Amino acid sequence: MTTPTQIKPKPKLWRVSGTLPGFGLSLGYTLVYLSLIVLIPLAMIVLRTFDLSFAEFLAKVGSPRALAALKISFGTALIAASINVFIGLLLAWVISRYRFPGCRIVDALIDLPIALPTAVAGIALTAIYAPNGWLGQWLVPLGIQVAFSPLGIVVALVFVGLPFVVRTVQPVLQDIEHEQEEAAASLGATAAQSFFRVTLPTVAPALITGFALAFARGVGEYGSVIFIAGNMPMVSEITPLLIVTQLEQYDYAAATALALVMLIASFALLLAINYLQSRLASRGTR
Amino acid sequence: MNRLHEGGRWWRVCLIAGALAITGLFLVLPLAMVLIGAISKGIDVYLAAVTERHALAALRLTLTVTAIAVPLNLVFGVVAAWCIAKFEFPGRSALITLIDLPLAVSPVISGLIYVLLFGAQGVFGEWLGEHGFRVIFAVPGIVLATIFVTFPFVARELIPVMQAQGRDYEEAALSLGASGWQTFLRVTLPNIKWGLLYGVILCNARAMGEFGAVSVVSGHIRGKTNTLPLHVEILYNEYNHAAAFAVASLLALLALVTLVLKTWVESKAHRDRQAANNTTNDEILT
Repeated sequence: MTTPTQIKPKPKLWRVSGTLPGFGLSLGYTLVYLSLIVLIPLAMIVLRTFDLSFAEFLAKVGSPRALAALKISFGTALIAASINVFIGLLLAWVISRYRFPGCRIVDALIDLPIALPTAVAGIALTAIYAPNGWLGQWLVPLGIQVAFSPLGIVVALVFVGLPFVVRTVQPVLQDIEHEQEEAAASLGATAAQSFFRVTLPTVAPALITGFALAFARGVGEYGSVIFIAGNMPMVSEITPLLIVTQLEQYDYAAATALALVMLIASFALLLAINYLQSRLASRGTR
Repeated sequence: MNRLHEGGRWWRVCLIAGALAITGLFLVLPLAMVLIGAISKGIDVYLAAVTERHALAALRLTLTVTAIAVPLNLVFGVVAAWCIAKFEFPGRSALITLIDLPLAVSPVISGLIYVLLFGAQGVFGEWLGEHGFRVIFAVPGIVLATIFVTFPFVARELIPVMQAQGRDYEEAALSLGASGWQTFLRVTLPNIKWGLLYGVILCNARAMGEFGAVSVVSGHIRGKTNTLPLHVEILYNEYNHAAAFAVASLLALLALVTLVLKTWVESKAHRDRQAANNTTNDEILT
């Protein structure tokens, strides 16, 4: 008779906990694939920018056209993400709290901007808001020019950013103990007081996370914007489009310098979002 | 409690109406615009546009690129999730952030990085030119850009699912004598199947619909390096709106199928989770 052999933990040089097999293989594969597809190509932007002197870099990034494009990209993304906070909260609230005919369809449709190719969204929004479009024909006589103006960029970015706020706020709203709100009501709080004092502080971290996600997406967005924006330099030209234009003119240095600015901004946003999400997750575990 | 509900009735109607209005304005209207725009010049024009030679070539290229990019990222996603979710090691959260990086980067930059590597002026440009390979303005570049933008989708869905599952089942299987592969195929895979499917659906939708990144590396050669979204852009810029919307309607259809599948997978996963909870509850009771 053999006695069951005792599994002895192997001595480890590098602290890895977990007794399952395949750690070295899976980590190695992950790192190689990540480096080949993501890290080395992205590093090219940093390396290529080092070909420029710092003064040249500043001249490329600080040119009036580049500055205007950066201002438009970040400004419209900021406005659109702020709008998304409000309509995202409204949609998340209605979907998670009320039952009404068509509520499951609304819930499913929220993800449309993620599923619909950006170019398709772009031409559809442009056709709707163009001066002869479904909404444009009513808005343009009122003096509201949406298509081919910065306002069009905001509309497109509200569209692409919509799912982010809804999908981060929705689970939190579903988790809030109804008792908390009911307790507030039984203690004499009005519905508004209970919303502002109980519900809003609870969903605030999720709202901020959703805002950051929508903002990050909006800053870099290209496909849905270029059709509706009109793309006038200094007025409605977004940074990604300027990068493409510079590439087409073989001005690689300018394109790379601008790309580096965008890359640093998105990396900072990503770190902020991860931090917010980890805080959100730790709040969720009671 | 009564006050909360009765005072809320008027509010409830307003909020639901507001949510429906936003859904209609931002989500239903663009979708309707694509479908109605597609058949605005009659069914013959529609059929001609979607069966035209270049449209079919674009469809073929889109399917080819997706068929390469999705399986590669599927394998990566499973491997990366295994090493991140089943083991603790230093640098783990940094690795998660790096995997998320392609989501935060502007699509235009996702294309630009491969131009900097493989373009005529790129690092490997000269060598590739001498040996007669083309990556940029050719299919390999489109495949690379698509892999980049869809890189995190499967991994992101699987990491939380695998983490929630823990290591107990796998460790039990191994201690009962199963091999590593048997454990993965018989124990891990059935537990993550819905998360896996969910990630693949999102990955597939983005791969077929990607516009910005692909547009930078494609060169827009009709019949050769045009994917469906790029074909939509060309038709639209030629003021051939009916044809542009006709081809776009194929992509809109893809988006709708994606939403339906996604909702179905979500409800399946939800049901499985509840069933699992019930069995553990039963075990506790008996």
